[in-house]
This record gives sequence, structure tokens and C-alpha cells, in this order.
Amino acid sequence: MLTTALIFLPIAGALFVWIVPWPTARAAGGTALLVALSELVLWVNRALNFDFGSSGLQDETSHSWFSDLGVSYAVGLFDFSLWLVGLTVIVSTAAIAYGFWTGRERMGVYLGLILFLEGATVGVFTAQDLLLFYVFWEAMMIPLYVLIGVWGGPGRFGATIKFVIYTLAGSLLMLVAVIAFGLSAGTFDMAQLGENGSVWIFLGFAAAFAVKAPLWPFHGWLPDAYREAPPEVAALLSGVISKAATYGFLRIALPFFPGVVSDWRTPVLVLASIGLVYGSLLAFRAPDVRGVIAYSSLAQMNLIVIGLFAVNDSGLSGALLQMITHGLISAALFLLAGAVERRAATGNLGLLGGMARGRPALATVLITTGVIALAVPGSSAFAGEFLILNGIFTRGWGWAVVGAVAIVLAAMYMLRLISAVLHRDPGPSVPEAALDLRPAEMSVIVPLVAILLALSFWPAAITDHAFGGRPSGSVSSQFVGAP
Amino acid sequence: MTKFPTPAIDWAALSPELILLGGAALCLLVPLFLPDGWRRHFCAFVAAGCFIGAGAAAILLFHLDDVGVGVVADAIQRDRLAELAQIIVVGSGLLTVGVSYAYVLRERIGEYYTLLLTAAAGMCFFVAASNLMTMFLGLEWFSISLYILCAIAVEELVSLEAGLKYLIVGSFGSAILLFGSAFVYGATGKIGFEEIAAASGTADHLFLVVGLAMIIVGLAFKASAAPFHMWTPDVYQGAPTPVTAFMSAATKVAALVLTMRLLVTAFPSQDNLWTIALAVIVCISLAWGNLAALVQTDVKRMLAYSSISHAGFLLMPVAVGTSLGGRALMYYLIAYAAMSTGSFAVVAARERELARPVTFDGMAGLGWERPGLGAAMTLFMFGFIGLPPAGLFIGKFYAFSAAVDRGWAWLAIVGAVATAVSIYYYLGIVRAMYFQPAQVRVAPAGGSPPRDVALGTSVLLSVVVTIGSFVAAQPLLDIARDAVATLNFPH
Repeated sequence: MLTTALIFLPIAGALFVWIVPWPTARAAGGTALLVALSELVLWVNRALNFDFGSSGLQDETSHSWFSDLGVSYAVGLFDFSLWLVGLTVIVSTAAIAYGFWTGRERMGVYLGLILFLEGATVGVFTAQDLLLFYVFWEAMMIPLYVLIGVWGGPGRFGATIKFVIYTLAGSLLMLVAVIAFGLSAGTFDMAQLGENGSVWIFLGFAAAFAVKAPLWPFHGWLPDAYREAPPEVAALLSGVISKAATYGFLRIALPFFPGVVSDWRTPVLVLASIGLVYGSLLAFRAPDVRGVIAYSSLAQMNLIVIGLFAVNDSGLSGALLQMITHGLISAALFLLAGAVERRAATGNLGLLGGMARGRPALATVLITTGVIALAVPGSSAFAGEFLILNGIFTRGWGWAVVGAVAIVLAAMYMLRLISAVLHRDPGPSVPEAALDLRPAEMSVIVPLVAILLALSFWPAAITDHAFGGRPSGSVSSQFVGAP
Repeated sequence: MTKFPTPAIDWAALSPELILLGGAALCLLVPLFLPDGWRRHFCAFVAAGCFIGAGAAAILLFHLDDVGVGVVADAIQRDRLAELAQIIVVGSGLLTVGVSYAYVLRERIGEYYTLLLTAAAGMCFFVAASNLMTMFLGLEWFSISLYILCAIAVEELVSLEAGLKYLIVGSFGSAILLFGSAFVYGATGKIGFEEIAAASGTADHLFLVVGLAMIIVGLAFKASAAPFHMWTPDVYQGAPTPVTAFMSAATKVAALVLTMRLLVTAFPSQDNLWTIALAVIVCISLAWGNLAALVQTDVKRMLAYSSISHAGFLLMPVAVGTSLGGRALMYYLIAYAAMSTGSFAVVAARERELARPVTFDGMAGLGWERPGLGAAMTLFMFGFIGLPPAGLFIGKFYAFSAAVDRGWAWLAIVGAVATAVSIYYYLGIVRAMYFQPAQVRVAPAGGSPPRDVALGTSVLLSVVVTIGSFVAAQPLLDIARDAVATLNFPH
């Protein structure tokens, strides 16, 4: 019941915000923010009462939806999906608050769409029926399309159509895979589905996840979408939505297709390694703030896939921790990018610079986030990347070497970003009068950074409270029904 | 004087048709005695009442009949398949009345509603046909009504052209169907569907196959499946938009339901031929409809090509020839009929605002100017792609499932690729409605028209059916299962 509430509270809130004729934009926005905050409270309350001792499904609800093909509305929370739901809820709240402060046009519609997106994403992380998973997966697309298309930058037409065609082409192949998988098993309920050895079905799922993550070379939509989206939508897209793809690998590809996964490990790892290095290099060469974050996000997602395909305790724990960490980092970075762009009216690194002078809050927050992002030892990103590399090392030391190289590259592009924005002489586009981070902006971004710092001190908050303590065991037994 | 034996007539089975025909007679005669201002209201209310009455009759019959029986000397079949199809047809008719209410027809109001009712009656008769003769009669009955309806705006050249084109190409299709029926009759000596199946073992194989092929072609003309779709874009574009709304939904229902009934009942032992033939038609329709839709600038024309591609999706479950496919078809039709009528209703509303044909640019800004219509159109467009929360999502899921279940996963993949192509033009509408500011400010002719409550109600009903069929999928799937329970599928 609580899981259902987590999914449908934001969706109902979205409908409410859309339908009621609000007297002012602030009233509509305030209501949306209130809904997002109550969702956050709901999640915190759930997390405090969660039984981390067992790795099984909690708060399950299951109703038959249409019975002759065995499709049901089945939702529930695993301990690791609780964390991903938490990431969704936190970042969505930040995005809504940021959109509220910046005063977007048609505020009610805008924030309602973000609420709808939040509900659909929570649905993806909690669905326990293949078709329901697919429904939420597709439902994420609709608000994103409108959010980027209406409120995006000047190149938004091309960006949206590319984004939609890439993601839908992938997910339609997943639909065929869902059908083939469900029909062959006679049910779509994940708790009853057994292992499957079909390469084609695996590839159907992998296509959708590879596009959404994105895995190299399926990232063609990424730079445009991340550049043209409003900063808070880009924060959601790279921070949360991309995690739906890695969640899909974790929840569906790994448990149901163990044989295929071990056969296809090498090709996937090759693609992910190329993506990791390629993304890092492009991030180092990107001419603008968003470009750096976008390509670094590509690199990080590929690193997470490497961790997942190690399919051992260390790799899986690291991948989960990195999913949360990277979600928070890239959300904070995109919001900061938005703050910089609001002041300088451009994200072009050549026109920026010297913003640290007289703007201590901006400098502190950006440097803190950047330093965590480059995985300085002691940070939560370091913990995640270390676990991933440790996990993949057992599958072959060569993969770990590639990963280690990429971490060096991460330091290069992050430091370049920080110095290009904050240091050197003031850039031509940076007005003297540009203000420091406003309290409103601080109130949105600082909590994200604070959570990152907390996780840096105590990464075990996640790694010890996920997969019931036995990641690879639970992937191979807990998620899969009796064959 | 020898007494000619007349068959016993099951009046109850004919009640939907009779109600519609009664309404047609009223709409034709009574307006002559009414003052000018009243005609429009009278005819619309009579038509709406008759559609509701016919729907109620069909629902009642659906409730009563749990086995299929041939009535009126086995000329028509009284079963749930026919009754569900009738419910969908009169439902689209009812929605069309809402779309037509504010449509300016000058002197031809009575004729317009009369023809709308007779066309619906013809379709109700057609879907129940159980021999070749009633099939042809029903086909001509509703086709002739539609030919005139397309041309009813005689002062507009495009409407006349649409009517004429539909008449010529449609008659060609009917002739092929009739010719094919003659071949089948020649081969088997029977006209009843079940008798043909029984006699086909001893029949001349060549004649029978040629006849079957020609019948499929004739029906594909009506369903506007490629490569027999040539008339569709021109007719859909030229015909008055309310007529297009009705045709796009109801004609498809009638043609596809009868195609399934005919093939499954009369040609079960030729299934190795027609399943493949239909699968080929599916692929051509999906390819042609979607690719041609990509380059359209006129919204009605784009929707016409979209309806060709949906003919492909709808024929997919028929082609597999399984009971799962039958369920998929009937469920798909429910959602499709509502969405198709609803989307043309939005186009009709925009057309009245602009007083000229609606292009993609003409849709610019609609989403913000008319939030309700814009949201509905967005739902329909996302739904046509097959995204939740529209019933068509489950329809496509079932259609693909039927193909995979039969072992034709390739057909489902063709469908998935076709869907991926269709994203571009469906989202083109959403993009125009919301993303583009109305750059070319098209001044509404004579100021903004008053709020059209009737049309709004139709759109709202379409939205309710679209979302309702998604949420309450199980009851509708049960109904679809009951509807096809009396057919003996070959697989």
C-alpha cells in the first residue's frame, strides 16, 4: 500500500496542479513543491521503518490487471530499490524547488510534469511485473519530451526528436522482449518468472537499457538533450532517469539471464570500457559546462555498467553506491551549471572564468561537488569506484586498468571545469555585478552536497543496507522466482 | 395462388439496425415541417437518441446471447461478435453526432443525419452477415451512404472530389469482392459461410483460391490496408471532418470484424494461404502508411496515413488466426475507434477556428489556447504510438503477443520498427501544439467561435474510453473474449 502511495502521490499531485485554475503561478508552484515535500517525508518515513535484515520484497501489493496473459499490478520495494526511490524523491524535490525559485513560465504545467515524471520513475523502481515496468518506463518519456520541448533551449526541436526516437526504438525492442519472455513463461510477474536462456530476449532488454543509460555507442541523443533541457530537467535526466537503465540491468538482465550475461560479458565490457574512456576524453575537450557534465555522466554510467557486469559482491555494491552518488553529483552539477548560466548567460567555458572572486558560496559548493565527482580518496564516489574496480579486477585485471585510467581522466576534466569557471581572470561574459549563490539556490543545492558528504563519511549506509548484505547471492536467488 | 415461403424473422436480432433506420426516416421527413432554426437540434437529438437506443439494444443482445445462431434463414448471424462490433460502430456514431452538431450544413441537415444513421445501420448489418449475399448487400448499403456523405459539402470542390473518388475506387473494390464471391460460389455451390467451409473439401481448388484472394482484396479496400489504400488519403482529407471521423473509426471496425468472421468461418482449411497473405498486407500497410505519413503537412492527410498503418496493426491479430488474435482485434478496435474519432474531432474544432484546412503549422499554439483539446490530442497522439496511459498500448501489446504466440516474432518486430517510425509524425503534432509559438498568427474567421459543448463532450467521451480501456482492461478483454468465443479459430 505504501509503495502504491509513493508512486501515485506525485501523479495525483500533478493532476491536481494541472486541473485547478490557480490564481497565481506561485500558488501552483507552491502546491507542487508541497506535494514533492510530502513525498519526501513519505519516503523518509518508509526508509526509517525498513527492515534491512532481509533482502526480500517488502510492502508488496499485487492485483490482477488482465488475467489471461498473467499481467498484474504488482509493486514492492527491495532494499536497493528503496535507495533508488530515495534518489528519485530527493532529486525531484530539488528540481521542483529550483524550478519554483527560478520562476519558469507556465509554472503549474511545468512542475506538474516534473511530479508526473517523479511518479513514473518511482514506478519503474518498484514495479514487480514486467509489463507494469514497461508501462512506467514509457510513462517517463512523455513528460520528458514536453519538458525539454517547451522549456528547453534554442536547439530543443532537434534534441527532443533525437531523444525520443533513440529511447523509443530501444524500448520497443524491449516490448517485444517483454512479450516473448512473458508468454514463454506464462506470467509477467517477476516473482514467478524463472531464468531464461534466450539471447534474443536478453538483447531486446539490453537495447532499451543501453540507450537509456546510455552505453557507448548508443549515446547519440545525450549531448543535445543534456544541453537543451532546462538545468533542473537535465539534473533529473542524468541524475535519476539514467539510473532506471542501470536498475533494469540489475533487476532484469542479470537475474533472469545469468547464462547469457556470462556469455556476453566481454562484448558488454568492451563497449562500456570504450564508453568510459571516450566519455572522459570528450568531457575533457567539451567547450561548455553542460558538455563536461554530460560526457562525464556518459563515462560514469559506463563505469556503473562495468561494475554490474562483474556480477560479484564488490562490483554490485559499488555499482549501486555509484548510482546513488553519481545521481546526486550530476544533479548538483547541473543545477550549478544552471546557476552559472543564469549569471553569465552562457555556458561556454571560453567566456567564463574568475567567478570565485567575491562569490565564496558558489566557489565552495562547486569545488566540493567537483572534488567528490573526481573521486578524491575519502569521497563516496571514490568508495563506489574502488568497489567497482575491485569487483571487475577478479574478472580480468585489464578491465580494472581501463577503469583506473578513466579515474585519472575524471580528475583532469573536473579540475578543468572548476578552474575554467571559477579561477583565472574574469571571463568576458561574467558581469561584475553577478551575484553569489542566492539563499534559494543554496537551499536546493546544499542539501544534495550535504548528503554526498554524509555518504562520503559513511558509504556503508548504502553498501551495508542493500541486497540483504549478499549482493551476488541475492541477484541470483532473491530476484528470481522458482523456475 | 402459391404461397412463397418466407423465413422466420428474428426482429430482436435486427433491432439495432431497425432503430437506426427509424431514426433515419425521422431525420429525413420531420425537418420538412420544422422551422429553420429547429432542424439542426431536432436531427442531432434524434440521431444521438437512435445511436444510444441501438447501442442499448446491442448491449442487451450481447448480454442475452451466449451462443451464436443463424437467423433469418441463416442470412445473418446473431452472436456476440456482431453485437460487440455494433456497439463500437454506434458508439463512434454517437461521438460523431457531437462533432457534427456545430457543423454548418445549410439545407442538407436532414440528409446528413439520415445518411449517417443509414451508414451505421449498414455497418451493423454487415458485421452480422453470414453469407456472401448479405455481406455484399451490407457492404454496398453502408458504402453508398458514405459516398454521399463524403460529397455532402457540395459547394466545396474537395468534398465533391472526395465523394467521387471514393465512389469510383470503392465501387472497384466492391466489384472485386462480388467477383470473388462469384468464384467461391462457383467452386462450392454455396453462399453461407459455414456451408462454404463444409463444401470446400470437394470444391475446385483453383476457383476457390482465386475467389478467396479477390474477397480479401475487396475487404482490404474497405479497411484501407495497403496496397489497396489509394483512396484513403484523398477521401479522408477531402470529406467533411465529422464524416472522416466516423469513417475512420466505424468503417475499419466493420471491415475488420467481417474479414475475421469470413476467413475464420468460411475458409478455415485455407488458413495456410490467408494467414500469409494477410501478414504480407500487414507489412506493406505498416511500411507504406508510416513512411508516407512522415512527409505530410496536412493533419487530416497525416491521420489518413496513420489509419492505413493502423489497418496493418489491426490486421496483425487477424492474420495469426488464433483466438488470442481475435481478442486482440476486438479490444484494439474499442480503443482505436474512440481515439480515431476523438483526434478527428479535435481537428474539426481547429478547422472551424481557422476556417481553412488544418496543417501542422495550423496546430501551433493549440495546446495553450485550448488546454482541454490540446491535452486530449496529446493523449491520442501518444496513444497512437502505443504509449500508456491509452488503451491502444494494451491493444498493441495484445496484437504483438498474438503474433509472438503464433511463433511470428518477426511480425511483432516489424510492428515495433513501424511504431518507432511513427513517433516522428505523431509527436510532430504535439510539437506543433506546444513547442511552437503560433508564429503565423492565423486570425480566426469572425473572431473566436463560441465554446462548442457538443464537440467537447465527444472529445471527453473519447478520452474516457481511451484511458478507461487502459485502466479497466480486464472487463473489456472479457467482453472481447466472449465476442470471439463462438468462432472456431484454425490455430
